[in-house]
Amino acid sequence: MTATVTCDYAKVQSILDGHGNDPARLISILQAVQAEYRYLPEEALAYVAEALNLPPARVYGVATFYAHFALEPKGRHVVKLCDGTACHVRGSMPILEAIRKRLGLTGEKVTTDDMAFTVETVSCLGACGLAPAVVIDEEVHGQVTPEQAVTLIEAIIEKDKEASHV
Amino acid sequence: MKTQDTLIVDGREVAIEGEPNLLELIRKAGIEIPTFCYHSELSVYGACRLCLVDIEGRGIQASCSARPESGMVVRTRTQEIREMRKISVELLLANHDMDCPTCPKSRSCKLQDLAHKLGVDKVRFKRTHKPKPVDHSSPCLTRDPNKCVLCGDCVRACYEIQGIGAIDFVGRGTSNQVMPAFGKDLNQVECVGCGQCAAVCPTGALSPKREVNQVWRDLENPAKTVVVQIAPAVRAGLGEFFGSEAGATCTGKTVAALKALGFDQVYDTCFAADLTVIEEANEFIQRKTAGERLPQFTSCCPAWVKFTEQFYPELRHHLSTCRSPQQMFGSMARELLPNMLGVKNEDLVVVSIMPCTAKKFEAKLDKFIDADGVADVDHVVTTQGLARMIEEAGIDFANLPPESFDMPMGFRTGAGILFGASGGVSEAVLRYAVEKISDMPLPSVDFHQTRGEEGIREVNLEVNGMMLKLCIVHGLANARTIAEQVKAGQCDYDLIEVMTCPGGCVAGAGQPVSIGRQTIRQRAQALYNNDKTVQIHKSQDNFEVARCYSDCLGDVGGDKAHKLLHTHYQNRRAVINQANSCKGAPALAPTQATCAACEKCGAAV
Ligand code: SF4
Ligand code: SF4
Ligand code: FES
Repeated sequence: MTATVTCDYAKVQSILDGHGNDPARLISILQAVQAEYRYLPEEALAYVAEALNLPPARVYGVATFYAHFALEPKGRHVVKLCDGTACHVRGSMPILEAIRKRLGLTGEKVTTDDMAFTVETVSCLGACGLAPAVVIDEEVHGQVTPEQAVTLIEAIIEKDKEASHV
Repeated sequence: MKTQDTLIVDGREVAIEGEPNLLELIRKAGIEIPTFCYHSELSVYGACRLCLVDIEGRGIQASCSARPESGMVVRTRTQEIREMRKISVELLLANHDMDCPTCPKSRSCKLQDLAHKLGVDKVRFKRTHKPKPVDHSSPCLTRDPNKCVLCGDCVRACYEIQGIGAIDFVGRGTSNQVMPAFGKDLNQVECVGCGQCAAVCPTGALSPKREVNQVWRDLENPAKTVVVQIAPAVRAGLGEFFGSEAGATCTGKTVAALKALGFDQVYDTCFAADLTVIEEANEFIQRKTAGERLPQFTSCCPAWVKFTEQFYPELRHHLSTCRSPQQMFGSMARELLPNMLGVKNEDLVVVSIMPCTAKKFEAKLDKFIDADGVADVDHVVTTQGLARMIEEAGIDFANLPPESFDMPMGFRTGAGILFGASGGVSEAVLRYAVEKISDMPLPSVDFHQTRGEEGIREVNLEVNGMMLKLCIVHGLANARTIAEQVKAGQCDYDLIEVMTCPGGCVAGAGQPVSIGRQTIRQRAQALYNNDKTVQIHKSQDNFEVARCYSDCLGDVGGDKAHKLLHTHYQNRRAVINQANSCKGAPALAPTQATCAACEKCGAAV
């Protein structure tokens, strides 16, 4: 089950006000909305469109154009695997396979059912010296092997378990 | 003395005469440059790269996006350019379903045409096409993304001409597609069904919904009596499918073809348009005299009506309560014909031939279907659809001897015929209203001020000391401008005529795929000429309509007329808000939209 966030109209409106309700600043508005919800909920996009007097299809078009924007809710932990040239050559694909296998994910299904993990690939993190690199929750891990990557994931799962027992 | 600026195209000198881009100039010189994404009425997009030309000293460029400059030397068909164009078309074909023989656009498809003309004899690239679901949700259109070439013509038509933007580009790179917001179906978004996107689409990716199979079935069924009405614009377009010049009317042949197809009675929507004129002009005079709910908006265009209900529900009480001619015809047919033809209502099938895709949506509205599920109008076939039926039946249209309409609903005046052109409704209403207000026969039935092509036109006239201020609008982007003014209380018009399609119904999306303004102009002219050739020009002189009032309807605007010929409007914004908006978004205050007669019938609005 995907837990969609219920969009708070007042919050979106305050973001819009913060940007002077200016359609020319749509991209920054969407960034701010995404910072709030970790993705762009449909109802928030529809609201932004209505408020800025833009067709919803145009706002949706912008939101789907940039890889930075997520249209689906993401998991609590985001794993970004670099598939830039350097990482690819040094074996990022086996790492991706191993992580996906451990979490039961595929190229189409990128978020676990319990909303714990989202696994995505990115094109070049700019950390080629560390290739192959993986970023988990904003922390960069360099020169990882598939086994090490799985260990990192398992450590997070353990930690989450403990936290929920407390 | 200023010498004429010129440039050289394929070795010939061509004068620069203010063409906005090189493409137009080259076409003026009689050289056809292939394009997908160029449309003279839309903004320049420059994406398809078919219009490439070689400009000396600058290399190969898109001619749609280059300005003509004095002294340029341009080549349009070098080996290199021809090869590049071919490759572009091959790439499109590699990502196309290529189900061409069964495509609704077959034979009028630009991709097919260009592949042929550019000599593409095989596709050298690996097929990458993956089937995508076809969107059948709209009653007006079919959207088949498998045939889309991403030219964006539809996106710009919907946004620039109609001011709506119901569809747009989504995603990027290889996953780029044209679709409604959030990947929804067309009937779940703000689309008004006007079909102007389909009218500009070069392929079969957007096309009018086909309804001919249902009609064939009813024609075959001996238990059914099938009657048909044809809209004014159809007679000014159908002939183009069968080799006539644009602007030729083919009323008699159309009637003959419909009879040959097996329709039991062939009637004219213009008869119903005459009824509309009388009801609408009468409503107008009342509202004008009382100073109530002005300006009055015309209501014969269902795409405009939906636009108002959805974007300006607070203005919907400005809409005339008159049904459109199509629906007036439907309810009158259900009222009169069972008796007249000796059939049961459920065995009577009412078909309309329309230039329009939005009429399909209108005919399916709940309010026009009775409790037993019998619709006032059963099937709506476009002019294109009728052409298909005529071809399928093997009828030699060009050589058909003309026949005449059946009575009484085939009797119409010139006023009814004008409904197919922008300004025509206003002119028809003036022919009635001015005579009525001044209580004198009109010196001339022509109101030339109403005619023209400007997207927003004003007409002012004084009748018996009363000033009448009219505004004639076509294209919904223009209508939006005017609606905003009305909302802000900034305009003092008495009557606003709106037609969604640029040029009016003659340019409807169900008409033959039109090549541009000139064709539309000729079709409109055909209707004005047609008005000249009929004997009667004012709806109030239509004696068959007069007989309808005396035998059936009673008073103009009376209770029975109200029941059969008028309607109410809903707030569609509420629905859209619910579907799309956030919790806590301010709800729109409901507005009253009743006339005296509505109050009597207790309509819930
Ligand atoms: S039918 Fe009209 S409103 Fe609907 S998508 Fe096409 S152009 Fe836009
Ligand atoms: S649907 Fe038609 S008009 Fe729209 S982008 Fe595709 S091919 Fe072009
Ligand atoms: S017509 Fe010039 S790029 Fe498409």
